[in-house]
Amino acid sequence: MTYTVRKFDAVVVGAGGAGLRAALQLSESGLKTAVLTKVFPTRSHTVAAQGGVAASLGNSEEDNWHWHMYDTVKGSDWLGDQDAIEFMCRQANQAVVELEHYGMPFDRVDNGKIYQRPFGGHMSNFGEKPVRRSCAAADRTGHAMLHALYQRNVKVNTQFFVEWQALDLIRDADGEVLGVVAMDMETSEVVAFHAKATIFATGGAGRVYYSSTNAFINTGDGLGMAARAGIPLEDMEFWQFHPTGVAGAGVLITEGVRGEGGILRNADGERFMERYAPNAKDLASRDVVSRSMLTEINEGRGAGPYKDYVYLDLTHLDPQVILKRLPSIHEIGIQFAGVDCLKEYIPVVPTCHYQMGGIPTNRFGQVVVTKGDDLSSPVPGFYAAGECACASVHGANRLGTNSLLDLLVFGKSSGEAAVASIRENVKAHKPLPVDAIEKSLARLDRLNTQKDGSNVHETRVLMQRTMQKHAGVFRFSQLLKEGVDKILEVAQAVARTEIQDKSKVFNTARIEALELDNLIEVAKATMISAEARKESRGAHVRDDAHDTPETPDGRDDKNWLKHTLWHRDGNRLDYKPVQMKPLSVATIDLKKRTY
Amino acid sequence: MSRLVVGAHYGVKDWLAQRITAVLMAIYTLVIFAAVLAGATSSHDAWRGFMAHGVVRFVTFLFIISLGYHAWVGVRDIWMDYIKPTSIRILLHVLTLLVLIGYAGWAIQIIWRL
Amino acid sequence: MTTPLAMRTFHFKIYRYDPDKDAKPYMQDISVVCDPMDKKLLDAMVKLKAKDDSLSFRRSCREGVCGSDAMNINGKNGLACLTDLAAFPEGKPIVLRPLPGLPVVRDLIVDMTQFFKQYLSIKPYLVNDDNLPERERLQSPEDREELNGLYECIMCACCTTACPSFWWNPDKFVGPAGLLAAYRFIADTRDQATNERLDNLEDPYRLFRCHTIMNCVDVCPKGLNPTKAIGKIKEMLVQRAV
Repeated sequence: MTYTVRKFDAVVVGAGGAGLRAALQLSESGLKTAVLTKVFPTRSHTVAAQGGVAASLGNSEEDNWHWHMYDTVKGSDWLGDQDAIEFMCRQANQAVVELEHYGMPFDRVDNGKIYQRPFGGHMSNFGEKPVRRSCAAADRTGHAMLHALYQRNVKVNTQFFVEWQALDLIRDADGEVLGVVAMDMETSEVVAFHAKATIFATGGAGRVYYSSTNAFINTGDGLGMAARAGIPLEDMEFWQFHPTGVAGAGVLITEGVRGEGGILRNADGERFMERYAPNAKDLASRDVVSRSMLTEINEGRGAGPYKDYVYLDLTHLDPQVILKRLPSIHEIGIQFAGVDCLKEYIPVVPTCHYQMGGIPTNRFGQVVVTKGDDLSSPVPGFYAAGECACASVHGANRLGTNSLLDLLVFGKSSGEAAVASIRENVKAHKPLPVDAIEKSLARLDRLNTQKDGSNVHETRVLMQRTMQKHAGVFRFSQLLKEGVDKILEVAQAVARTEIQDKSKVFNTARIEALELDNLIEVAKATMISAEARKESRGAHVRDDAHDTPETPDGRDDKNWLKHTLWHRDGNRLDYKPVQMKPLSVATIDLKKRTY
Repeated sequence: MSRLVVGAHYGVKDWLAQRITAVLMAIYTLVIFAAVLAGATSSHDAWRGFMAHGVVRFVTFLFIISLGYHAWVGVRDIWMDYIKPTSIRILLHVLTLLVLIGYAGWAIQIIWRL
Repeated sequence: MTTPLAMRTFHFKIYRYDPDKDAKPYMQDISVVCDPMDKKLLDAMVKLKAKDDSLSFRRSCREGVCGSDAMNINGKNGLACLTDLAAFPEGKPIVLRPLPGLPVVRDLIVDMTQFFKQYLSIKPYLVNDDNLPERERLQSPEDREELNGLYECIMCACCTTACPSFWWNPDKFVGPAGLLAAYRFIADTRDQATNERLDNLEDPYRLFRCHTIMNCVDVCPKGLNPTKAIGKIKEMLVQRAV
């Protein structure tokens, strides 16, 4: 059958922070670039980031990238690749300064430099005491950043395809990636975007969980597409539960609140973090704080009628500081918790927030797979950056503010790598395989003709509840085992979803069904990878991993210091070693993680 | 295709002029109101004498000019909002101008006839 | 399990139009039962969509920062995710229409091309041709504060589509959102294109079609004040002219 093919040098899928940063690199180099995005760029979920972006600028106190690197490795519970982490931490200052040059309205300190606040897990002098490292624009850093990046792209004339849903990766018989198939949401027209480089910046998939800080659009589209094209997904068992989501609503309350002096309290008003993390207290890393909160709740010290949340207390802070540095938090408190945080505590509960795993990449943003003896062989033409990618800088637990840094650094490096590869190799486009869009059309056909199928909304809720129950903050071997069976059952329902609305113009029912196709790949990857990892590490904590001298806090470095790779084909798992050797400095050695 | 042409550089001038003329007209209205209260219209002769005074002639002249300019900007804006074809719009602009200039001339004639 | 708070049924009248099958738009009567966990209008709409999957609207962050779910709610523009369900009076249906003044693509989804065109027309990016310093440019906290109330715009188009001047001249009047963005760059001490930016607005339409009706201020879900920003631009133009 005939179909429209549009040719570009490079196609970026996603216009959040990573996609826009990559697009800048491509557009500025003069390459013909298309950016596909299913929402207008400034509606991407980067916009919701609040607290800041990490960089050891040292504007308010001494800081350097060595300390930042140490914190990131420790935060990752040593699962992060130390070469990528060194790369990211060394690039951080430049990445942030570039944004300032683009016009991002950072807050300022008196001498005119960028304002920095303390954040969880970021310490000075190799874990000694909290340090001001998070560069912030009030509590709207993501908004300010995303708009600045979009504006810069306007300046360099990036070509956007707004409200286009990417459907599938085009990969030929040699395994090379030649573009994506995408659908114009306004008309349902399916088009093949033929490109020499394809960069995925599709963001996270927080919507696999029932309670999530993530936007509706965070459906792991890139992960689903990659998995269907035979690319494994790395470390998908590691999901960050942000300590402070508004109880009931799930809306994020930035860790910057605690950076500015906010305190977590249980029903008795006790500052319980002093017991769990005597040094960093409320600014311990997120996995630690989330678990401490749930322990309080599980032991009956939760607040509220069902004793199912704890309090975030800002009432001792200067109201002027709150209104100046945390204005949105004040609004969110009123809007979503019904409390005025100047006078009342905010009810908070750990809420699914960030996916540490993703499409495996190296520090250049090239997607890597195992090929013979080479455990990280780049897939020609394929790049990924931001939350959808796993470089892996976050390992088993991400530090707050490192995600915005991740998308800047690897958005840029993936763009640079794509430019270099296109420049080096000036050949014409490799021809598309004959069946380039067949798989996508078959999926659309199936959806249009499905009879007596499953309801999209109900199936999605079932998946979300299954994930929430079986792969939550604390994980139990029995629940994980059952979870695998249940999620595979849900997957069967997803394979036969039915929509009532078959129309062509802006059919959001169809889009939601297609998104569910992607979410379920993420859910399977998560559940199966989590069930298999028989240890506790970072955000993955099991009941059957015990604290012994050889396995501190259940972390089993002898057997499990390795990355999981989940293959969609047969739900097969394999593993690859963690890169313990940084680029220029000495390895940060394994040790027990305390805050 | 129809290229959108904007950037005729008289926006601020007209905006400012409308406000200044409005202030002038408001002051004039107050002055006349005060004069009426003070008995300037107690008889036809008194009224005529008041209006024939040199200063009053001068400010009335200013009022008429302000009114004309103010009306010109306002009416032109209405034509710009509702009349899209350029030729008809120019015609209406010219007619408006002629009418306003005519009125002004007529008003001046009346003032100095007193 | 006990239900601590009452369930409540909400009745809606929703503007529906699918160009593929409807000759003209119509208002659909539909209702949905919400539980106490459903706090915002958007929560109810998600339930409505589960009931009738052909109901189309944009939504994303559900916390009022992405600007997707702007619509006309009981006659006033606002974000569904920031509109409290509890505030709707009992007994009267909630009337949902697409944002006024823009072409409807389908149901509550409007074609925002014209809105973004106006935004782009003010050159929404920092212009500064100085050699770039190695570190950040310095800006005093006071100068930075000038940007408060300007940079927070989420481009939801509530303001611009509530503005009669925009309804009448959508191709020529920049509209409150675009003008707010224009002033965001004029007010930025790092930007060097102030004169070009003022030139760009020095026209009977682009800026001066604002007649301080202030619908924009009334509807802005972020509490911003485009009219004030427009006033400041006018002030600068006058300063420059005299």
